[in-house]
Amino acid sequence: MKKITIGLLGATAAFSMMMGSVQAGTLDDVKRKGSLTCGVSTGLPGFSNANSKNVWSGLDVDVCRAVAAAVLGDAGKVKYTPLTAKERFTALQSGEIDMLSRNTTWTHTRDTSLGINFAGVNYYDGQGFMVSKNLGVKSATELDGAAVCIQAGTTTELNLADYFRLKGMKYKAVVFDTSDQSVKGFESGRCDVLTSDQSQLYALRIKLANPGNAVVLPEVISKEPLGPVVRQGDDAWFNVVKWSLFAMVNAEELGVTSGNVDSMKSSANPGVKRLLSGDAGKKLGLNSDWGYNIVKQVGNYGEAFERNVGKGSALKIGRGLNALWSKGGLQYAPPIR
Amino acid sequence: MTDLEHPSLAPPVSSVGIVGWMRQNLFSTPLNAGLTLLAVGLIYFLLVPLFEWAVWNADWRGSDQSDCTSGGACWVFIRARLDLFIYGFFPTSEYWRVDVVFALLAVLIVPQFFDRFPRKGWIGLFTLIGFPIIVYFLMMGGSFGLEPVETGKWGGLILTLVLAFVGIVAALPIGIVLALGRRSTMPVIRTICICFIELWRGVPLISVLFMASVMLPLFLPEGVNFDKLLRALIGIVLFQSAYMAEVIRGGLQAIPKGQYEAARALGLGYWKSMSLIILPQALKLVIPGVVNTFIALFKDTTLVLIIGLLDILASVQSAIVDPAWRNVSTEGYLFAAFSFWVFCFSISRYSQALERKLQTGYSR
Repeated sequence: MKKITIGLLGATAAFSMMMGSVQAGTLDDVKRKGSLTCGVSTGLPGFSNANSKNVWSGLDVDVCRAVAAAVLGDAGKVKYTPLTAKERFTALQSGEIDMLSRNTTWTHTRDTSLGINFAGVNYYDGQGFMVSKNLGVKSATELDGAAVCIQAGTTTELNLADYFRLKGMKYKAVVFDTSDQSVKGFESGRCDVLTSDQSQLYALRIKLANPGNAVVLPEVISKEPLGPVVRQGDDAWFNVVKWSLFAMVNAEELGVTSGNVDSMKSSANPGVKRLLSGDAGKKLGLNSDWGYNIVKQVGNYGEAFERNVGKGSALKIGRGLNALWSKGGLQYAPPIR
Repeated sequence: MTDLEHPSLAPPVSSVGIVGWMRQNLFSTPLNAGLTLLAVGLIYFLLVPLFEWAVWNADWRGSDQSDCTSGGACWVFIRARLDLFIYGFFPTSEYWRVDVVFALLAVLIVPQFFDRFPRKGWIGLFTLIGFPIIVYFLMMGGSFGLEPVETGKWGGLILTLVLAFVGIVAALPIGIVLALGRRSTMPVIRTICICFIELWRGVPLISVLFMASVMLPLFLPEGVNFDKLLRALIGIVLFQSAYMAEVIRGGLQAIPKGQYEAARALGLGYWKSMSLIILPQALKLVIPGVVNTFIALFKDTTLVLIIGLLDILASVQSAIVDPAWRNVSTEGYLFAAFSFWVFCFSISRYSQALERKLQTGYSR
C-alpha cells in the first residue's frame, strides 16, 4: 500500500514536472493574446500592491510592465493575477500565468526541482531585525534571550533558528499569522525584536505609532535574492524576461532615463544605441524598439527602485546591495552587444 | 351614613418614577445593586473610550494620512479606499455596471419583505433564475457592446456577493435533490448520494478551495485552463450542497409517515407527492437550519483569500499594508466586520419574517 502511494506521488510529481517543461512558445502566446498574465503578490508594500488609484504598482509589478513594454510595446497590457505564496509555482507550472514576479527567493531547491527558472534578481534582500530604540541594542549579537516576533510558515523562522544556534544564543519565538498582527505584537511589547526581510521591516516600521522609536539593526542574517520566474524549457521566453530586466539595469548604467530617452536616441554612445535601437530586439524575437519602450514607459532600474521602495516612496529604503556594481552594489547586467 | 372616600395618598416618591423603577429593577437586593454598579463601571470604562475613539475623536473628512490628526479612528482610510473594497479592480469607467447589479439586487429583494406585493412569486423566481444571467452578462461584458472585464479584476464586496449568491442559489436545489436521493429506495442512487454527501462533508472548505486552485490545474491537459473564479465557485457549490442536503434531510425525516401514506392514498406519484405534500412541509420546518447554512456560507466566502481572490476582507487586508497609511488595521477590520454583519443580519431577519408568515402552529 505504501509503495503504491509513493509511486502515485512520484507519478504526479513527474507529470507536473513534464507539464512544466514541455510547454513552449509563451512569447508567441503573449503576442497572440495581446496581453501578459503576470503573477504578483496579494499585497506587499513596495513590490506589488494596489495603489490609491486601485492600480497595481511596485518593483515586482514594474518587471511585469517592462516585459509587456518589450513584447507588446505597451506597459499597460498586463493582467495581474494575485497569488498566495503556496499557489504561486503551480500557477506558473500550469500555464495560468506567463511569468511570476512575486518577491520569490531564488534557492537551489526551487530552481532545480520545481520545473522553473529564475530570470535574474530585481532585489537583493536579506533577513534583518528591528528593535525598539530605548532597548539600547546596537547589534544583533546582543539579542541573547530576546523575545522575537515572527510570521509563521516562512523561511524567516528557519533562518532565525539557524542564526541563534550558530551564535549560541537563546530566544523565545512569538509567532503571528500576518504582518499587521506582528506589528501590533511588537508595538504592544509582546516581543523585543521583530524579524523579517529587511525590505519588509521598513514597510512595517511605517505602521508603528511612532516610527522614529524603532531601529533596524545592521546585521543581515540570510541571502534573499528576489527575482522574476518563468517555466523551464521555454528558452525564448526565458531570454525575453531576463533581458527585459537587464535592459532596465543597463539603462541606469548608461544614464538613460524615462525623461531623457527621446534625446538619448540620437546619442553617439554605441552602448545606448544598441539598447534603444539596433538588432538586439530581433535576436529576442521582439521589435527593435523594445529597449526604448521599456525605458520610456517603465524607466530604468534606478527610477523603478526610487519610485517604489526608495526615496520617492514611503519606504525610504537605501540602495545598499541594490546599487549598481559601479557604485558598490550588486546590480550588474551583461552588456547588450 | 355617607361613604366618605378618603383620597388616596400619593405613593412615596421612592416607589414611582425613575427612582422607583431603579429601586425595583436595579437595586432590589444588595447583589443586584452590586451587579448594577459593575455593569455601569464596565460601560464607563469600555464603551465610553470606544465611542470617543470611533465617533467623537475620529477623522471623517479628507483624502490621505495627513488628514488623520485627532488621534481617534481614521475613517478617512475607509473613504479613500472604498472603491477597492466595493469594486475591486473593476475598471473605473465600468463602475456603473456594478452599481446596476447592486441596484437591481435591492429592487428585487425589497418586495420579498412585504406580504402583499403583486406578483411577488414571479419576482422571487426571476431573482433566482433571470437575475444571475443578467449579472453574468453585465459583469463579464464582451457582448451587447460592453467592454469585457476578466474575472481577475473582480473583487471586493461585489466578489463576496457573487460567491455567496451563486453558492446559495445553486446549493439549495442540488441539496434538495441529494436529500431526496439519500432517502430513495433505489440502491444505486442512494449510494451515489451518500458517497457524494459524505465525501464533501468530510473535507474542510479551505482544502476544497485549495484543491480547486492548486491541484486541479496540474491534472488538466496542457493549455486547458479554466477560470480561477469558476473553479472556486464550483468548489463552493458542491461543498455547500452537501451541507444543504443534510439540513433538508432533517426536515424530511420530521414529516410523519402518515403524510407519505396519505399522499400515496390520494393516488399521487413520487414527484407529485414530494412537491405537493412533503417538501412544502419539510422545507418550512428547516428554514432556521437552511438560513444558518446560508449565513455560514456567506462568511466562509472569505476563505477565497487563500487562493488569491481578493474578496472584501482580502482587499481590506491588502489596503492595510499600503505604506501610504499608518496602522489602520483596526479601522479596516471593523469595516469588514460591519459589512458582513449588515448582510448576515438582513438574511436572518428575512428568515424570521418568513417563518412567522409560514407558521402553522408548530411554533410556541
